[in-house]
Amino acid sequence: MTAMPDAASPASPVAPGKTPATAVRARRDRHLIRKAATYIVMTVAALLVLVPFAWMISSSLKRNNEVFTVPIQWIPDEFRWSNFVEIWDRIPMVTYLRNSAFLAITITFLQVLTGSFAAYGFSKVRFPGRDALFVAYIATIAVPWQAYMVPQYIMMQEAGLTNTFWSIILLQAFGAFGVFLMRQYYMSIPDELVEAARIDGLSEYSIYLRIMLPLSKPALASLALLTFVNTWNDYMGPFIYLTSNELWTVQLGLRSFIGQYSADYAMIMTGAVISVLPIVVIFLLGQRYFIRGIATTGLKG
Amino acid sequence: MSHVTTQPDAARPAPSERGRPPRRQGRSRQVRRNTLVGWSFILPNFVGFALFTLVPVTAAFVLAFMEWNSFGSPEWVGLDNFRRMLGDENFRVALFNTFFYAGGHIPLTLVAALTLAIVLNRKIRGVQFFRTAAFFPYITSLVAVAVVWNMMFNPTLGPVNQILETLGMANPPGWTASTDWAMPAVIITSVWRDMGYYMVLYLAGLQTIPEEYYEAARVDGANAWQRFWHVTLPGLRPVTFFVVVMLTIQSFKILDLIVVMTDGGPGRSTLVLAQLIYREGIREGRFGYSSAIALVLFFIVLTVTVFQFRLNERRKA
Repeated sequence: MTAMPDAASPASPVAPGKTPATAVRARRDRHLIRKAATYIVMTVAALLVLVPFAWMISSSLKRNNEVFTVPIQWIPDEFRWSNFVEIWDRIPMVTYLRNSAFLAITITFLQVLTGSFAAYGFSKVRFPGRDALFVAYIATIAVPWQAYMVPQYIMMQEAGLTNTFWSIILLQAFGAFGVFLMRQYYMSIPDELVEAARIDGLSEYSIYLRIMLPLSKPALASLALLTFVNTWNDYMGPFIYLTSNELWTVQLGLRSFIGQYSADYAMIMTGAVISVLPIVVIFLLGQRYFIRGIATTGLKG
Repeated sequence: MSHVTTQPDAARPAPSERGRPPRRQGRSRQVRRNTLVGWSFILPNFVGFALFTLVPVTAAFVLAFMEWNSFGSPEWVGLDNFRRMLGDENFRVALFNTFFYAGGHIPLTLVAALTLAIVLNRKIRGVQFFRTAAFFPYITSLVAVAVVWNMMFNPTLGPVNQILETLGMANPPGWTASTDWAMPAVIITSVWRDMGYYMVLYLAGLQTIPEEYYEAARVDGANAWQRFWHVTLPGLRPVTFFVVVMLTIQSFKILDLIVVMTDGGPGRSTLVLAQLIYREGIREGRFGYSSAIALVLFFIVLTVTVFQFRLNERRKA
C-alpha cells in the first residue's frame, strides 16, 4: 500500500542520460510496485472468495436478531459462544457426526483397498481382455450418475437395503474413480521394478503388498482424502436412501434443521460451521495430497 | 485416456510365439496363469462395480422403453415414454433450465478459474495461503454452501443486496425469491464453489509452459497481454479442453446444489433434468418414464462431449 504514491515516478524519469544508480533504483521501485500490486489483487480475490465464510462464522456467533442488520455487522458486538453449546441440545448432532464419520471411513477404506488392488491388476499384470475391461470402467465415469440412480434405487429396494447404511456403502465403495487414480500412479512406476521382484521369486500378491503399496503412499493418501471428503459432503445418497432420523448424516441433519427452524439463523450457521469443521482439519492436514490427486487425475486424462 | 499406454503389451506376445512351437504350451499356461492372477486382483472391486454401476447403467437403457410403476410389472412400450416427454411441460421447463444453467456455469467457471490460476501463479511468499483460500469452497459441504448463500441472497437484508445498494443499485434483484433471478443466484453459487477445483488444473497446466517461451516473447517486444494471448492461452489448450469437457458433464447433471438451495423453485424456475428424474423416478415411482428422461440427459452430455472432441481434433490438425 505504501508503495502506491510512487506509482507514477519510475515510468517517466528513466530518461536517457540518467546515471546507472538511479536506473537501478527505478527498476527496484518498479519491482516493488509490481509485487505490491500482485498482493493487492490476490487479497481482493481472496476476500471475494472468503466473504461467505466470514459471514457464516460471524453469524454463528450472534443472536438471531443480529444476523440480518443494516448495515452489515461483520464482527458481532458480543461473541455468543453459547450457540456452540446449545446446538448439541437442539439436534442430535453427535449421532449425525458419528453416522457421517462411520460412512466416510468405511467407504474410504473399501475404496482405497479394492481400488488399489484392482489398479495393480490393470497396470502390472498382462492378460487378454484387460484393456477392454478398463475401457468399460472409464466409460462409466462419463455416464452421469443421475442417469442411473433410478435403477440403483429399484435394486436397493428389491434387496430391502433402503434405509440402511448398506445401500450407501455398496453404491459408493466400488467406484471406478479409485481404480482410475491408482492405475494412473502405478503406470508411472517402472515395470522393470516389478519384473525384478518377479525374478527374485516374489508372488504378485507380495509385490503388491511389499513394493507397490509402500511406493504409492502419496497416491493412496490422495485417494483416501478425496473419497473421505466426497462421502462426508455427499447429500443426494443419504437424501435418497436414509429416511430414519437415527441414520442421518450431518448434511441431512443440518438440512432438516433448516427446514424446521428456518428463522433460527444464528443456530443454522452454527450447525453449518460444525459440519464444515472436520473437513477443514482434514484438508489442512493433507492439502498437498489433495491438490496432487486432482492434478494427476485431471491432467493425465 | 489409456489407449496410448496400453497398446504395446497387446502386441508383444505375438511375434515371440511365432515359429517356436515347443514354447507355445508354456506361453499359454503363462497367459492362463496371468489371467487368473489378474482377475483375482480386479475381482473384489469388479463385483461391486458390475453390480452397482454396470447393471444399473444397462438397466436404465432398457427401462427407458418400458412402462413400469412401483406397483405394476414392467411392460414394453417402445417409444411411448419419449412421446409423452414431448407433451410434458415440466420436461420442457427442465430442459430449458438445464441449458440455462450450463450456459452460465461453464463459461463463468472457466474464466474465474483461469483468472485465479494466472493471478496465483507467482512464486512469492504467501501465495500458498491464497491458493488454499481459493480452493476452499470446493471442499465445503454443500448444505453449508447453500444455506450461507441463500441467506446472503436474502432480497431485503442480505449482504449481497446491501452491497449492491451501497454501490448505487436502486432495485437489486430478488435472487432466490424471484423466478427470474433464482437461476443466476444458483449459477453464482456454483461458480464460486467450483472455480477452485479447476484453478488447480490450470495451475498444473501453467507449470508445463516453458519459461523460455515467455523470454522469447519478451525479447520480441510482446507486452503482458500479448504474452497471455500468444503464449499462455495456446500452451493451456489441452487443459482448457479437459476443463471444458469436465465442466460440461458436471453442469448438465447438476442436482444436489439445486435440491438443497431452491428445490427447483420458486415455481419451476430452477427445475433441472436431473431433478425431474429424481422426482419422477424415486418420489413418484415412474421408473420407465424417469429412465427415458435419464437417457435424454445422457445423450445430451454425450453429444456435447463428442462435439467438443471433434472440435479439438480439428483445431489440432
